[in-house]
Amino acid sequence: MADDLLVRQPRSREFAAGMRAVAPIAVAVVLFGASFGILARDAGMGVVAPIVMSFTTFAGSAQFAVASVLGSGGAVVAAILAAVLLNLRYLAVGMSVAPSLRGGPLRRLAESQLAVDESWAVSQRNGRVDRDRLVGAGVVLMGSWCLGTVAGVFGGSAIGDPSDYGLDAMFPALFLALLVGQLDGQRSRVAAVAGGLIALTLTPLLPAGLPIVAATGGAAIALAVRS
Amino acid sequence: MIGAWIAVVVVGAATIALKGAGPVVFAGRPLPRPVVALMPLLAPCLLAALVVGQTVGDGRAVVVDARLAGVAAAAVALVLRAPLLVVLGAAAGVAAVARVLGAA
Repeated sequence: MADDLLVRQPRSREFAAGMRAVAPIAVAVVLFGASFGILARDAGMGVVAPIVMSFTTFAGSAQFAVASVLGSGGAVVAAILAAVLLNLRYLAVGMSVAPSLRGGPLRRLAESQLAVDESWAVSQRNGRVDRDRLVGAGVVLMGSWCLGTVAGVFGGSAIGDPSDYGLDAMFPALFLALLVGQLDGQRSRVAAVAGGLIALTLTPLLPAGLPIVAATGGAAIALAVRS
Repeated sequence: MIGAWIAVVVVGAATIALKGAGPVVFAGRPLPRPVVALMPLLAPCLLAALVVGQTVGDGRAVVVDARLAGVAAAAVALVLRAPLLVVLGAAAGVAAVARVLGAA
């Protein structure tokens, strides 16, 4: 029993740390969830489909892509393709999460779904992902995203565009802050510069989503650098 | 409507598979050695790409708009070692002001 407490206390502390880490952006996530709900409903996706999508896909950029392609009268295949390309990076994110998860395949599959850019980013610790932080952050983000979606599909346009308040700049600012904390050596700096340059160079050349997948090559470049 | 549901189901299934592939395939066994070596460098690399994409990316275009002003403000706040809330607040505040002043 005492052992159990000793083991459990630090774990719940990391869970809470994950929740706290994403708290500053939770309001922005709710508002963007709402704007997805509004956009999706206007695009003729109805009320239930956008909410189901927020629970299952749980990836902002891909969901916005689907709603805007369908809303502008685009083909379903085009919407699916755009979204899958945008989410290809989650294959790499999933791989980096894999060593930190425990239990059987179903539990690992369920926990891996809480990995989204922001929860993955705040759960980085000593070069690996902290499972409890990932889950804590992921639960808050998924709750916020889905709550926002529900508010958007039912509440309609009373909410306004979160970009008017500059909330769209909060996400890259969060990633920048977390990136600064990652730059602890020559290799990590090379990886960051290479990743950023690859993404910037390829953005006009490739369909959305692929530049960020290609940017993971920056890690290989950094690994080749003699330290 | 049926098209929307097809998109929701297919994209949902694909995303669940993409996120879960690594954790399910490598349940209880270590990742291949070359992948392990890359993993600590994946975070700085992907984070930098996310910063670039969400600051100046707009679909298949690179655009300079209010987001860049916001992120620049966040960078200044980071250099000044401001707390995270101040960094995020600076980003949102400056981007909002830049938008009022006419930046797209």
